Amino acid sequence: MKGLASYWRLIPQRYNLIGTECTHCGEKFFPPRKICPNCRRHGEIRKYKFSGKGEVYSYTIIHAAPDGFEFQKPYPVAIIKLVEGPLVTAQIVDCKPDEIEIGAKVESVFRKIFAGGKEGTIRYGYKFKLVE
Amino acid sequence: MTKKRVAIIGVGLTKFGELWEKSYRDLITEAGLKAIKDAGIEGADVKELFVGSMSPGLFAGQEHIGALVADNAGLTGIPATRVEAACASGGIALRQAYTSVISGQSDIVVAGGVEKMTDVPTGIAMTALMGAGDEEWEAFNGATFPALYALMARRHMLEYGTTIEQISMVSVKNHANAKHNEYAQFQYEVTLEDVLNSAPVAEPLRLLHCSPITDGAAAVILASEEKAKELCDNPVWITASALATDTLALHDRKSLSQTNAAIIAAKEAYRRAGVSVKDIDFAEVHDCFAIAEILAIEALGFCKIGAGGKYTEDGHTKIGGERPVNTSGGLKGKGHPVGTTGIAQAIEATLQLRGTAGKRQVKGAETGLTHNVGGSGATAVIHIYEKD
Repeated sequence: MKGLASYWRLIPQRYNLIGTECTHCGEKFFPPRKICPNCRRHGEIRKYKFSGKGEVYSYTIIHAAPDGFEFQKPYPVAIIKLVEGPLVTAQIVDCKPDEIEIGAKVESVFRKIFAGGKEGTIRYGYKFKLVE
Repeated sequence: MTKKRVAIIGVGLTKFGELWEKSYRDLITEAGLKAIKDAGIEGADVKELFVGSMSPGLFAGQEHIGALVADNAGLTGIPATRVEAACASGGIALRQAYTSVISGQSDIVVAGGVEKMTDVPTGIAMTALMGAGDEEWEAFNGATFPALYALMARRHMLEYGTTIEQISMVSVKNHANAKHNEYAQFQYEVTLEDVLNSAPVAEPLRLLHCSPITDGAAAVILASEEKAKELCDNPVWITASALATDTLALHDRKSLSQTNAAIIAAKEAYRRAGVSVKDIDFAEVHDCFAIAEILAIEALGFCKIGAGGKYTEDGHTKIGGERPVNTSGGLKGKGHPVGTTGIAQAIEATLQLRGTAGKRQVKGAETGLTHNVGGSGATAVIHIYEKD
């Protein structure tokens, strides 16, 4: 398990869905990129805050969990298509697994991800919940 | 212009499985010495070695693998390099060895692969394997490796109508082939019902859709055309080596239902070897999960994108079918010591082209292909093999 500094560095991204956008072509990136693959050095990258709205693009229910997640199983992990374009990997919460389907509308929520490391520190970040 | 080519003149494989009595260094030394003996050369003939190993630091607490292998093989002094590309580590070790020979740098080179995975608890093994994905943006959020392939499977099923039964037929076929491979971890058959009723791992994927955790090592001896003609009467020729990449994380791909690195590498490999899909008599592909074999045969052009489920169901990939795939049992049946797999695939291709694959033999095989993938598809390395 990695130390806390690696967690602390990504707090803005994980707590508030702060990604980036290329001002040259307009493509938005989450997770953030520091170089635009389309425009490369002709592009200019700046911060962009995502709305957290999107839909389920694909999903799975995990029964064999890695260390740190063993008490959550079975738990759903999805790839969410954000309305701004990017796809993001995250858990879906507050629903039964059979309520999830591809195309279902979701929005982001701030949640505990896992408690890890020797110090047992709780790591927080984004998950998604189904919306009507 | 005649094709530039590199020969495989010797192969060595350990048994695959839970080998509690054998250490990391025991495994690679055994495979290397078997390969040297098979080639009929002396250790002193070896000019260089490359070894693929994905995560010995986490699986065995050991790094600095190049020197370790040279040391244990009694070859200290020669250049020895470990290469890593997750589950494609073996395939890129083969490519590095091929490049060394074809460039004229060294005329006899060992390409090895080794992984010792069963010395750690399953949770640690899963964490190590997830290192092949994106640690910050996939693993942090609870994704596992089977989960990534499950996400791909779900899209493939939605977009192309692929069924869980078709996906499961990959496991049934590969177990049937592994039954005839004395080196395989699982030398027994499973039925479609066994697969469909096995424990869920990451839905829709179940235990019998997943390759196992395996110990094992493999090595091949490569030689220049000149050296091969001097030393060997049954060389198998590598006539193309191609490597391509895609985004590390699955969520950054243009599509979840096709593997673009493999599509790029396949086109490049066919071009370099001067062959087309219809020339390929058999293939060893990276079926780390059953859906991965369907993605592989589509990327290689054996069938159209989206038609891999039907192609499998129709029996075209069985031994005796139009184009046998994973005659060795594949990663599912033979086992998947991650860094070893790319070399083990090259060994099956060699046995097929030598005509010594026993009950797994593809009749009249003249041209074969191996497809080795790292992560959820971020690395794909493809080699083409021909006999004289």
